[in-house]
Amino acid sequence: MEWATQIESQMHTETGASAEAAGSRGLGCSLRHFACEQNLLSRPDGSASFLQGDTSVLAGVYGPAEVKVSKEIFNKATLEVLLRPKIGLPGVAEKSRERLIRNTCEAVVLGALHPRTSITVVLQVISDAGSLLACCLNAACMALVDAGVPMRALFCGITCALDDDGNLVLDPTVKQEKVARAILTFALDSVEQKLLMSTTKGLYSNAEFQQCLVAAQTASQHVFRFYRESLQRRYSKS
Amino acid sequence: MAEAAESVVGSKARAARTVLGQLVLPGEELLLPEQEDAEGPGGAGERPLLLNPGTRSRVRVVCGPGLRRCGDRMLVTKCGRLRHKEPSGGGGGVYWVDSQQKRYVPVKGDHVIGIVTAKSGDIFKVDVGGSEPASLSYLAFEGATKRNRPNVQVGDLIYGQFVVANKDMEPEMVCIDSCGRANGMGVIGQDGLLFKVTLGLIRKLLAPDCEIIQEVGKLYPLEIVFGMNGRIWVKAKTIQQTLILANILEACEHMTTDQRKQIFSRLAES
Repeated sequence: MEWATQIESQMHTETGASAEAAGSRGLGCSLRHFACEQNLLSRPDGSASFLQGDTSVLAGVYGPAEVKVSKEIFNKATLEVLLRPKIGLPGVAEKSRERLIRNTCEAVVLGALHPRTSITVVLQVISDAGSLLACCLNAACMALVDAGVPMRALFCGITCALDDDGNLVLDPTVKQEKVARAILTFALDSVEQKLLMSTTKGLYSNAEFQQCLVAAQTASQHVFRFYRESLQRRYSKS
Repeated sequence: MAEAAESVVGSKARAARTVLGQLVLPGEELLLPEQEDAEGPGGAGERPLLLNPGTRSRVRVVCGPGLRRCGDRMLVTKCGRLRHKEPSGGGGGVYWVDSQQKRYVPVKGDHVIGIVTAKSGDIFKVDVGGSEPASLSYLAFEGATKRNRPNVQVGDLIYGQFVVANKDMEPEMVCIDSCGRANGMGVIGQDGLLFKVTLGLIRKLLAPDCEIIQEVGKLYPLEIVFGMNGRIWVKAKTIQQTLILANILEACEHMTTDQRKQIFSRLAES
């Protein structure tokens, strides 16, 4: 497998840091172009925008902040995730995604270090061109890192699509998602590339699931490498 | 291929000494100097079997903010630059991660600027930017007695120090030192401007060898208070000068030394 990854950079604003990575998209087994910018909002404690191809999500993190008494947990932080769609009010699909993202974040955030506080992650979908959940997970991770929330490890989201012939496409676009027989989204941690969360739609065999997981684990290395490049750029200016 | 990818991501533990001043990410494992020989490159396979592993010389190392211990291992929990302070006596010193976060978490002994939000009986509630307001007793001011209450109103700015700050309890502030003297703490006077910066910038400005403060001091006569919670209060002779100072300090975070010197020389001329 050929992985040609080149890193380019450009500064968008004075305060934010951004970096871009381009992946070749030959066999359908590579990721789209990523870009990430951090600390671009002034009000939240941490913020990040994440771009995967034409999919773009803006994330803001508030915390550790004051918590409502009804939501207070005595021995750990209350983690809340809000996902706002591009148009209209959040519906059932958003609620279900919020839950998946929250469970992933809960697995890596060291909430016990800030008991009786709240950590709120707000995700705004800017444009959806496929692999939205994976992009939301990546944006949430970068925003949590930017806010300085203590974490056990980093995490990333990877979406795989299987078409009718059983061909695997990583990071599919909307078009590819529409014709796919099955879509699988995984969240992986950066320490051991272990599975944190998985959600699937469609028909697939057990062997295909394992095949997708292995492909996602390989791809996650590129995402984590991109995280490091992007953060390095942000910290190089101080 | 897999090996090459792994080394880039850094899932392999790196030696703490070699990454000082470099970026570390959450989840990374750092090796302390005495662990390097045992677990360093190539050492893992042919490590000599220790008959009595307990007797290995142990050096006392302190994990500061952004790091945690997990058994014998040191793990990173925050993104930032790894720093190390050599110990004055024996031991391994202190390691910590210097991150650029905005949210303040109260720490015992920190001097902060708070805003009085409520007066209830003999306690003031002070907003310090943490997850809950700090409490401040009316007796914790210089010269305050039950008869002679300090003149503190809701909305006043307070410069004080934390005496109680831990994750499980409400933080508590005082405006006197252990001898009962104000020592610069107390209610901050009228006028002036309060603004917020990142916690990293405050630490940079309060560093003993910081040139920015000396350069600012040469520009205009000023009064300035730094709170470790990211708040700066500044007052100069005129409102215009106060605003200039506030803008310079805010901009200092993303300027190189040369850029800063240029701006200061331009301001000194005008």
